[in-house]
Amino acid sequence: MSVTASAVQDTIREARSARIANDFAIQVATVNGSGSQTANLVLLRSIFQMGVPVSGKNMFPSNIAGLPTWYTIRASSKGYIGRKKEVDFLVAMNPETAREDVLTLPSGAATVYDEPLRLKDLRGDVIFYPVPFDKLITPITHDAKLRRLVRNMIYDGVLSKLLSIDMAQMEKALRKQLGKKEKAIALNMSALKAGYEYAEANLPKLDPFVIEPMNKTQGMLLIEGNAAAAIGCMMAGVTFVSWYPITPSSSLCESLIDYLKKYRKDPETGKATYAVIQAEDEIAALGMVIGASWVGARAMTSTAGPGISLMAEFTGLGYYTEVPAVIFDIQRVGPSTGLPTRTAQQDVLAAAVLSHGDTQHPMLLPSSASECYTMAMDAFDLAERLQTPVFVLSDLDLGMNTWMSYPFEYPKKPLDRGKRLDEATLRRIGEFARYRDVDGDGIPYRTVPGDGMPAYFARGSGHNEKAQYSERADDYANNLDRLARKFQTARTLVPKPEVDLVRGARVGFIGYGTTHWAIVESRDQLKAERGIDVSYLRLRAYPFTKEVSDFIDACDRVYLVEQNRDAQMLSLLKMECSAVQFAKLRSIRHYIGLPIDGRSVTMELLKQEEGR
Amino acid sequence: MSTETTVQPPAPGRKINRITERIIESFFELGIDPTQVIKLSGIGCSSKAPAYFLSSAHGFNSVHGRMPSVATGAVVGNRKMIAIGVSGDGDTGAIGIGQFVHLMRRNLPMIYIIEDNGCYGLTKGQFSPTADLGSTLKTGVVNDLPPIDTCALAIELGASFVARSFSGDPKQLKAILKAAISHRGTAMIDVISPCVTFNDHEGSTKSYSYVKDHDEPLADVSFIPYFEEVTVEYDPGSTTEVTLHTGSRIMLRKMAEDYQPTDKMSALRLLHETMTRGEYATGILYIEPDKQDFLDLLGITDEPLAALPEAKTRPGKAVLDEIMETFR
Repeated sequence: MSVTASAVQDTIREARSARIANDFAIQVATVNGSGSQTANLVLLRSIFQMGVPVSGKNMFPSNIAGLPTWYTIRASSKGYIGRKKEVDFLVAMNPETAREDVLTLPSGAATVYDEPLRLKDLRGDVIFYPVPFDKLITPITHDAKLRRLVRNMIYDGVLSKLLSIDMAQMEKALRKQLGKKEKAIALNMSALKAGYEYAEANLPKLDPFVIEPMNKTQGMLLIEGNAAAAIGCMMAGVTFVSWYPITPSSSLCESLIDYLKKYRKDPETGKATYAVIQAEDEIAALGMVIGASWVGARAMTSTAGPGISLMAEFTGLGYYTEVPAVIFDIQRVGPSTGLPTRTAQQDVLAAAVLSHGDTQHPMLLPSSASECYTMAMDAFDLAERLQTPVFVLSDLDLGMNTWMSYPFEYPKKPLDRGKRLDEATLRRIGEFARYRDVDGDGIPYRTVPGDGMPAYFARGSGHNEKAQYSERADDYANNLDRLARKFQTARTLVPKPEVDLVRGARVGFIGYGTTHWAIVESRDQLKAERGIDVSYLRLRAYPFTKEVSDFIDACDRVYLVEQNRDAQMLSLLKMECSAVQFAKLRSIRHYIGLPIDGRSVTMELLKQEEGR
Repeated sequence: MSTETTVQPPAPGRKINRITERIIESFFELGIDPTQVIKLSGIGCSSKAPAYFLSSAHGFNSVHGRMPSVATGAVVGNRKMIAIGVSGDGDTGAIGIGQFVHLMRRNLPMIYIIEDNGCYGLTKGQFSPTADLGSTLKTGVVNDLPPIDTCALAIELGASFVARSFSGDPKQLKAILKAAISHRGTAMIDVISPCVTFNDHEGSTKSYSYVKDHDEPLADVSFIPYFEEVTVEYDPGSTTEVTLHTGSRIMLRKMAEDYQPTDKMSALRLLHETMTRGEYATGILYIEPDKQDFLDLLGITDEPLAALPEAKTRPGKAVLDEIMETFR
């Protein structure tokens, strides 16, 4: 280190002498396909095992190998698990992005980098730790392919030393990650140790960031939303799955296939109590779901934006013939192919009224892994109760990233299979008419092939209440009005919002899905930094329930925070508002492909409040 | 068995069409309980057909070209049902070709009928993808694109029962239908059925008179259900016997000396040769009675998936706890 550089580092050390424990973000910049996932998950898991709240977000390209990818790990003593805008600790492994990655760091940040990249002259206000990765990996293995794979474990070792992450926790996390592959574990352990020992001998600690043990993750899990949804689908008793691979939805069905294979064999015959079909496209995927559901199976599909567009026609058929369907939409950035590996909440409007003609569809809006689980079960019950397609709108951030969660509870209610006609009901109602509103809730009785009950002819063309072809004006209008009545019934059945009305607060937030995590943090920032109290309503479903209207009435101004350009949920809300409510509604939007962060919400709210 | 209709047929003079009549007779003669049948269709004139037969069976008139996917879900959802789908040449060959291809590939157990008239009847007579090269519309427009041969395509893709017939040949059509009902796997039947309104004129190669003159019956098909005494006279050197999955047998009286209905190559060769001569080979073109069907491949329970009780579909708490443990 030159005299000048050393002087600079001393200044920084003085300026940032306070330790920053458990409140910072680490970003690892690598190349897609370089096998960094294991190293990143080991890092994440070892912090989690030390009891420190943590979240991991993968920002990856739409590419098999070769393009830049970033993995961000955020430790937060207060438990904030949304994205943090600023990176505090960079691991620069990718020559292509290293310069820009360093230049965008905030002052006082630290960087571990691959020595040949020679980054340390780029900035004087950042702490640099050069590590000769190639030199360190050489003695570990002669196999070039293995070298490439375990090379990344070296930075875990370096960080273990620099950030005081317990090596024993690293080893435990590594074993969790690799299972029983003893050879791979041994190889990775030597890389880990090589990194640790290098840092111990050559890299004096200059930055303030440390991980200190806490007890805030006890009893918790680390899980991706898509895996959680898959568990929910299996526990919902799904019997039919049809899907077409698409990012970021594929891992939902892939996890589901694994679980079904393991846990859903008939104990007597060993045969499958489910069918999974990889369809030829999303159109066929939903067509199969509708066919299976029409005969009475619990059927679902999972997709993302482009698949939603393709499913429009069949969604209308499901709505009009009143066949249940569960459709997961793991939202990504559109329009068109858009940014397939980035996150957004951009399908809200499309899903709510998908298909031509007058159509309306219930949507469930999970915010967390545990809601991916519970809402999967809710979706099947609602689809069968309401006899209509139901959407579950998750997103890439929730579906593919790793989230802390409490273990899921075993369902307390039995499955709701909806209004299926049986002998007793038939005697009570006298005559079966498939589309007659017997109970006044807009939901008719339903029969399925093979149930011994009267048959009917399902059709996407105009029909009367006996399911017969009809072009009569009264038949058509009566049917459409009943469907609208059914949607009003949906309002009483969908999950209610979570409301936190703060006494004296004049401003309110409305959020949904992953936006929740940014709002939680923003509310704390507004209170702590500006003394502003903000009430909060988290939507959990569409159609909106009465609580939403009451919330708007209780606030002077309501900011609906969402991750799309066109304020899509706000548009849906405005369609149902009174003029007075309408005037109170404001919008905070975020649409850069990265998850929304608390600071952005805070800044935008303050800007709009000050500009009033 | 009721044949009552609740709606008007698609065109005057069509009555219930000849194919529908044969379907009704075939199911009736085989003694099949209609409540154990499901009827499916896409969109088009042909797709209205299921409304005219087996009224105590459930039916689903779905969307244009997408009946195969709905049928796939339905058959997998309840494997006990006998599924019959009626499509048209536009519904199958144009908008639905993608789903048709994958249905054939999967060898899903169902009867798939194409009512093939080479034109779009419901939108008043445009060409469909099965219209022959050089045939003309009523308006004089000439078709300059080659036709898709749905039979050749189905054989190539893996359908295990492929036949072609003519709506004007009730005897052959009924024998084929009854064989198809007894087959396990996809039974694809292309039935040339002139559109009396839009495609039954001089320049059409799918008019009633053209087909009558150019029909090359491939074999004299007799269908023998297993529960009947088999007393068919035949010359052993000129017939082929095929045993279907249900134990029923079909006898194909060979017209061509070396024709083997169980041989893919001879089936495809025959189709190409007859097409070159401007003829339609009719009869059962190809059959593979023992081919594994899609339900076997999926390994699903014998009990219909749709009828499984909660006890078999929702795993117990121990399973959830075990899964939760893996994420700690």
